Amino acid sequence: MKYSIFSLARAALSGHKKWPRTWRDAEPKPRYDVVIIGGGGHGLATAYHLAAEYGIRNVAVLEKGWIGSGNAGRNTTIIRSNYLLPGNIGFYELSMKLWETMERDLNYNTMVSQRGVLNLYHSDAQRDAYARRGNAMRINGIDAELLDRTAVRKMVPFLNFDNARFPIEGGLLQRRGGTARHDAVVWGYAHAADRLGVDIIQNCEVTGFVRDAGGRVTGVETSRGKIGAGKVGMAVAGSSSRVAAMADLRLPIESHVLQAFVSEGIKPLIPNVITFGAGHFYVSQSDKGGLVFGGDIDGYNSYAQRGNLPVVEDVCEGGMALMPIIGRVRLLRQWGGIMDMSMDGSPIIDRTPVDGLYLNAGWCYGGFKATPASGLVFAHLLARDEPHKEATRFRLDRFRRGAMIDEKGQGAQPNLH
Amino acid sequence: MSAGGQTHRLASGGLIDRGKPLGFSFDGQTMSGYAGDTLASALIANGVKLVGRSFKYHRPRGILTAGSEEPNALVELRSGARREPNTRATTVELYDGLVAASQNRWPSLSFDLLSVNQLAAPIFVAGFYYKTFMWPGALWEKFYEPLIRRAAGLGRAAPESDPDHYEKAWAHCDVLVAGGGPAGLAAALAAGRAGARVILCEEDATLGGRLLSDGGTIDSMPAADWVARAVEELGAMPDVRIMTRTTVTSAFDHGTHAALERVNDHVPVPPEHQPRQRLWRIVAKRTVVAAGALERPVVFGGNDVPGVMLASAVRTYINRYAAAPAKRLALFTNNDDGWKTVDAALASGLTIAGVVDARAEVSAGQRALASKHGFAVLNGVVDHVDGGKAGTGKIAVALAGGATATLEADGLAVSGGWNPSVGLTSQHRGRPKWRDDIAAFVPDGGPVGMVAAGSANGVFSLAGCLKEGHAAGAAAAADLGFGNSAGAAPSSDDDATYALKPVWHVKGKKKAFVDFQNDVTASDVALAALEGFQSVEHLKRYTTLGMATDQGKTSNTQGLAIMAELTGRSIPETGTTIYRPPYVPVAIGALAGHHRDENFHSVRLTPSHHWAAEQGAVFVDTGLWKRAQWYPKKGEKDWLESVTREVKAVRSGVGFCDVSTLGKIDVHGPDAGAFLDRVYINTFSSLAVGKARYGLMLREDGIVYDDGTTSRLAEDHYFLTTTTAKAGPVMQHLEFCRQILFPELDVQLASVSDQWAQFSIAGPKVRDLLKEIVDPSEDLSNEGFPFMAVREVLLRGGVKARLFRISFSGEMAFEISVPARFGDALVRKLMTAGEKFGVTPYGTEALGVMRVEKGHVAGPELNGMTTAADLGLGKMMSTKKDFIGRVMAGREALVAPDRMVVVGIKPVDQSRRLRSGAHIIKKGEVPSPDTDGGYVTSVCFSPTFDQWLGLGLVTHGRERIGEIAVAHDPLRGEDYEVELCNPVFYDPEGGRQRG
Amino acid sequence: MRIACPFCGPRENGEFSYLGDAKPKRPGPDAGEEAVYDYVYLRDNVAGEMEEFWYHGGGCRSWLKVRRNTVTHEIFSVEAAAGAGAAKAAS
Repeated sequence: MKYSIFSLARAALSGHKKWPRTWRDAEPKPRYDVVIIGGGGHGLATAYHLAAEYGIRNVAVLEKGWIGSGNAGRNTTIIRSNYLLPGNIGFYELSMKLWETMERDLNYNTMVSQRGVLNLYHSDAQRDAYARRGNAMRINGIDAELLDRTAVRKMVPFLNFDNARFPIEGGLLQRRGGTARHDAVVWGYAHAADRLGVDIIQNCEVTGFVRDAGGRVTGVETSRGKIGAGKVGMAVAGSSSRVAAMADLRLPIESHVLQAFVSEGIKPLIPNVITFGAGHFYVSQSDKGGLVFGGDIDGYNSYAQRGNLPVVEDVCEGGMALMPIIGRVRLLRQWGGIMDMSMDGSPIIDRTPVDGLYLNAGWCYGGFKATPASGLVFAHLLARDEPHKEATRFRLDRFRRGAMIDEKGQGAQPNLH
Repeated sequence: MSAGGQTHRLASGGLIDRGKPLGFSFDGQTMSGYAGDTLASALIANGVKLVGRSFKYHRPRGILTAGSEEPNALVELRSGARREPNTRATTVELYDGLVAASQNRWPSLSFDLLSVNQLAAPIFVAGFYYKTFMWPGALWEKFYEPLIRRAAGLGRAAPESDPDHYEKAWAHCDVLVAGGGPAGLAAALAAGRAGARVILCEEDATLGGRLLSDGGTIDSMPAADWVARAVEELGAMPDVRIMTRTTVTSAFDHGTHAALERVNDHVPVPPEHQPRQRLWRIVAKRTVVAAGALERPVVFGGNDVPGVMLASAVRTYINRYAAAPAKRLALFTNNDDGWKTVDAALASGLTIAGVVDARAEVSAGQRALASKHGFAVLNGVVDHVDGGKAGTGKIAVALAGGATATLEADGLAVSGGWNPSVGLTSQHRGRPKWRDDIAAFVPDGGPVGMVAAGSANGVFSLAGCLKEGHAAGAAAAADLGFGNSAGAAPSSDDDATYALKPVWHVKGKKKAFVDFQNDVTASDVALAALEGFQSVEHLKRYTTLGMATDQGKTSNTQGLAIMAELTGRSIPETGTTIYRPPYVPVAIGALAGHHRDENFHSVRLTPSHHWAAEQGAVFVDTGLWKRAQWYPKKGEKDWLESVTREVKAVRSGVGFCDVSTLGKIDVHGPDAGAFLDRVYINTFSSLAVGKARYGLMLREDGIVYDDGTTSRLAEDHYFLTTTTAKAGPVMQHLEFCRQILFPELDVQLASVSDQWAQFSIAGPKVRDLLKEIVDPSEDLSNEGFPFMAVREVLLRGGVKARLFRISFSGEMAFEISVPARFGDALVRKLMTAGEKFGVTPYGTEALGVMRVEKGHVAGPELNGMTTAADLGLGKMMSTKKDFIGRVMAGREALVAPDRMVVVGIKPVDQSRRLRSGAHIIKKGEVPSPDTDGGYVTSVCFSPTFDQWLGLGLVTHGRERIGEIAVAHDPLRGEDYEVELCNPVFYDPEGGRQRG
Repeated sequence: MRIACPFCGPRENGEFSYLGDAKPKRPGPDAGEEAVYDYVYLRDNVAGEMEEFWYHGGGCRSWLKVRRNTVTHEIFSVEAAAGAGAAKAAS
C-alpha cells in the first residue's frame, strides 16, 4: 500500500485495521547473493540501493536485535555536508542530495528538515578555519555562508551575545543542513527495501563466518542457523571490531561512548542546528519540542552504551554558556551510543583482506548524516567490486599509505577526533 | 485572606498549616491555600479540575497523581526570566504569591482551539506523519513542519537568561539511601546505628513517604510519631546527613550518583547569595534504593477525563492535604490497596458512589463497609467515563456477568496496582525481572553496590518495607565492616498481602489512553502491532509511548501489557525499554552550575596582565588565556593603526611582548639530551651548554605536533618551550615518553609554565634597553652574547633572570625570564627604563604580523595535517637517530610530490586585502575540486612592506615561486591575483637577528 | 567512574585523560614500517577486560595502567607505569 494522505484517509474509514506491516517479518533463506550484517540505517540503505540501483534483490539484512537498535536510533539526527577535506566533502554532499529526495524515493516521510546548520566561531583563527572550509564547500558546489556577529544575532537572538566568556563573533552557515527523524530513516529504508524483495531478519545475531578452503567467506553462522552468502557486507558501526575479529581481522578502530541528551518538550525556540565553537555543545529542537543536544565523547574505550557524569556536566555547561535562557528547561533523558572511532576520524568503506567480506565502518559520530550515501556507495562496492567514485579515499589501506582524512588534525588518537 | 474559594477543602485534618494562608494565582485567577499545600492540592481545594491540555489532541486534563510522575498537570511556574515550563503542579510547594499558568493551549485553557485536533483524530493515529506530508518536498519546511512544531511542545522557555544561581557539590558516604519512606528510614537507622556514614535523600520536603498519606502504626505508635522519632535518632548521629527536597536522579560508575537538591524552589525568589538548586555528586560505597512504588492507571475509555485520579493520589490529597478531589467518589480497583482510598474518603465525610472491583471476590470486611455506608460493590471493570473539562460524568461499568451498570460521581479513583520504582536500579542497562504475583517488574541486580528495598523491591506491606529496609541498611554497613549493632527492625502489624488481579485494558469504543501526555491510545498500540512495530523499542519510537516528561512512569507497563496480549507473548517476553537517567528531569542550569556567562571557563592571566589593563590594552582569548592583543593609543582610529605603530616601533626601535603563555618544561637528568633526541626530529644531545635551538616534534604518525626552542642550561638541564595551545598536551606526551616508552632513561620533567614570566624584547635598540635592566657586569655584546646564546644573568637589584637570544620577529631580540612574581615589576621597569628609547609594548597582533613577515610557521600551519617537509623544515629531520614519528613520516602519501607546502603569498594589486581561508587556484582554471590547489593560512597587513602579506599551503608550492595564481574566496565574493613567493619576506638572510 | 590513583587515592575520571590499550608496544628503531603501522593504527578494541593507559593530569601527572572492563566499566587494578616514581627506584 502506497503511503499518502489518501491512503491514510481511506484507512481511517476502516479504523486503521488493514495496514500491512511496514516490512515483512522474513524467515531466513538458506542462501542470499548478499548478506548485510547490521540492520541499522547503513545496512538497510545498502540493501535498498543494492535492490533499487544495482538489481540485486536476493539480499538479507541480519539484525541482532530490532532494526535501528544501534546508532541509527541513538544519534542527534543532524544532516549536513559542511566538510573540509577531499574524500569527505564529495561523499557527504552526495549524501545530502540523497536526503533531499529521500521521502519520495522511499515513500516514507523521514522528516528531512533543511533548517540550517550554524557553526559558531569565537576568534579570528576559528573564522579563518571556517573560511577555508566554507570556500572548500563552495568550490565543491555546496552552499555555505560566512556570517558575522550581527547576522548571527539576527538569526538566533537568544544566544549569549552580551556576557559570554568567549564572545560569538560569527558563524559558518549551511542552509541545506538540518535534521531528519532518525527512526523514520530506518523504517523508511526497511519499508522500501522490503518492497523490493529484501529480507529483513530481526533477532538474528551473527556468531561467526563460514569460510571455504581458500579462506573466502561463503556465509555466516547466526543464532538462527547458517546462512549462505555470495558476499557479506558488515555495517555494524560500534561493533565493527568485534565482528571483524570473527574473521581474524584487526581494524584501525576503537569503540567509544558518545552521550546525547533531550530536554522536556518546549514551544519552538531553536530554529536550526547550532554548534558552539568554544565548548562541547550542539543543539537542535525536535518537531516534538525537545531540545536535542550533545557534546564530546566520554573519551575512553567503552561498549557500555552509557556514559559518566563529567561529560553530562561539560555538555550542560556548554549549553548554559551558549544560551542561558535554557537554565530552567529540564534535561529529560540521556543515553549513550557506541561509536566506531577510526584513527583519522573518517569512515572506511572497502573490501577487506578476507575474500567475500566487505567493510563499512569507522563512522565516528558522523554516521547518521552519511546514511543514504553510505548505503549507495557500499551497495556499489558490493555489486561492482570497486569503490564508488565518491568513496575512493575511504580505503582501509590509507593508514598504511599515509593518506589519512583527518578533518580535526588530531592523528591516530581516536578519542580526540 | 479568605479561604472562601476553597470549596473542596476538608474541615479538618491534613498536614497543612491552617494558620498560614497563602495566596496564589492560576491562569490569572487568584486563589488561596495553606502552607504545606502543593500547587496541585491547593488547586484541588479550590475545586479546580481542569489544569492542562494534552500534547497532541489538546484534550482537557486534570491531576492524575500526587508525585513527580505526574503526566498531566504541567504548568508554567513563575514568570519572566524565572518562567519554568512543564512544572508538575504535584511537586510545587505552595508559597505566597505563587504564579502559575496552564500551557500548550490557545487562546485559553478552557477554550483551546487546537482541540480541533481531536476531530482529525481518525487521521492523527500513531505515526501518521510518516505516511504523508511527503509531497511536494519543499512544503515540509515551509508549511507542515512549522505547523506541527507550533502545535507541539509543551510550555515555553523563559524569554531571558536564568537569573538564578546553581551550585555543585561533592559528598561522600558509606551508605546512600535514596528515599525517606518507611523502608528508607529503616535502612538509614540500621546503617547509621552500625556506624556507617549515611546520606539519606528524600525527594519530598518532608520525610515519611507513603506514611504521610496512609498513616499506620509502627512500633506501636502512630506512623507520624515513629517518623519523628526516627528523624530525631538519625539527627543525633554525627555521620548521618538527611537531605530533603533532594532526588537521587542518576547512578554512574563506581558509586557516583547525581542528586538534585531544590534548595529554594519553595520560595518565590532565592535569598541573596543562595542557589536555586544544587547538584550533588554523591560518592557512596553502597546504595539502598528505597524509592517506593508508583501506582498505575488502567486503560479504559475516557480514563483521561479530569477527575479520574490514581487512588493513592486521592488518598494523599484527602489525608495529607485535606483537599477533596471529589465529594462523591467512585473507585475502580483490581486490588486491596485501592480500598484504602474508600476508608480515607469515608473518614473525611465524603460519599462513596460505588466501588468497581475487577476481582471476583472481595473480603467480608469490604462488603460490610459497603453495606454500612450504602454503596454498591460491582464486580467488573469501568468500561468508560463520560465527561470533559468540567470533570467526570457518568461512569459506565461492565459487570463480570456481561450486564452493565452506571455510577454517578464527580471523581473516579483508579488503582491498577503498583509498579516498583525500578528507574534507578536499571540505569546501568540491567533489565528488571517480572514477578507474576504482583504483576510488576522488580529490580534484578543493578549497579555494583546498589540494592533495592521495600516497595521499590516489590514489597507492598508496611511491615515488609520496614523489615527489608532495615535488613538492607544493616547488610550494607556490615558489608563495609561496621560492627556496631543495627538495633531491632521497626515492626508493624500491617503485613497484608497484596491481592491483585491484573487488569490493563478495558476494550471499548472511546479513546482509551495509555500514555496521557503524549496521547498514545490503546488503538495506537494496536496499530503499531499491526504494522510490525512489536519490539518494545519500536512501539515506543513509533507511538511515542513512554517518551513524555514522565518517561513512561504512568504508562509503560500498560503499553507493554497491551502489546503482549496483541502479539500472544507474555509481558516479560515483550520486555521493557531501557531505563535512562535522570530518574526525574533535571534543570539544565543545575547541571551547569556556575559554569556559565563569564565563568563558563576559568581565566588565565599573564604576569603583565594588570599592567596591560592599566595601559588600556585590548585582550584576546587564547585558550583560557587573556592576552594583550594590541595597546591602543589615544587618537588611533582602529586596531590596524595601533598594530602598525607597534610593528614599526619594534622594527625601528625596541618593543616587548609578554610571551609567558608559552608552555615551559624543565628537563633534568643525565639522560636529558638522549631523551630530547627521541622526542624531537632534530638533535639536542649535541647542543652546547648555554645555547638554544629551535626544535620540532612529530606525533608518532609522522605529522608535526609542536615546535619551540629548547635551551641547554647545564649538562643535565634543558629548558624547552611549547606553543601556548599545546602546553598541556606536550607535557602529557613527554610524560608518556618518559614513563611508558623510555623508562630506561634517567630523566625528570617539571612543568614550569606558571613559574616564569617571559618577555620577548625585540628591535635594534634592544641592547640599549637591556643594559638598563641587567647588571653592568653582564656582557651583552654580539661576542659576549651571540645569537642563540642562553645564560642566567643578574638584573639590577639582584634578581636572577634567564636571558635567551632568540628571535621570532626577525629583529635582534632577547627573551627574558624572571620568576613569575617579578613579572609585573619587570614590565614596569622596562617601561621606565625604555622611555628614552621609545620602548613600545606590543600585543599578539603585532607578534603575528612580524612572524608572517618573517615567514615563521605557527598554529594555522601546524594544523595537525602537515609534515615537517610541508612546513619547509624537512631538513631538520635527523637521519642518524630514531625519534617519535620517524618511521610513519616516511609513508608514501606523506612524501608525495603533490603535497601542499608552505609558501608566501602576496596580492598582485598591492592595495588589495588578503584574507585567510581563500583558496588558491591556478590562473585560468575554473575553481573545482580538481583545481583546488591550497589555501591562505595566515595573513597580515605588513607595515614594513606596506601591503597585505600571507602564508599559504599550496600544492607543489615550492616549484611555483613567482607564479601568479588566483585567490578564490567565494564566501566573501572575492577573486584576485596573488603572487606565490618565498615565505620569508623580511630579512631572508637573517642579518638583523644575528646582529 | 572513579580511578584509584596509587599516589593520590580514588579520584573521579574527569581528572584523568585516556590514551588507550596498553598492549601495543612501541617497536624498536629497526622494526620497519609495517610494525610501526600496526603499533600506531591497529587495535584489538577489546570488549571485556583490557589493560589501558590513563594519565592523571589533574593530579600527580603519573601515567597509570588500569585494568578495566570496557563493557561494565569495572576496574580491577590500577598501577603506576614503569617509569612513574616508585617503579624506577626498585629497578
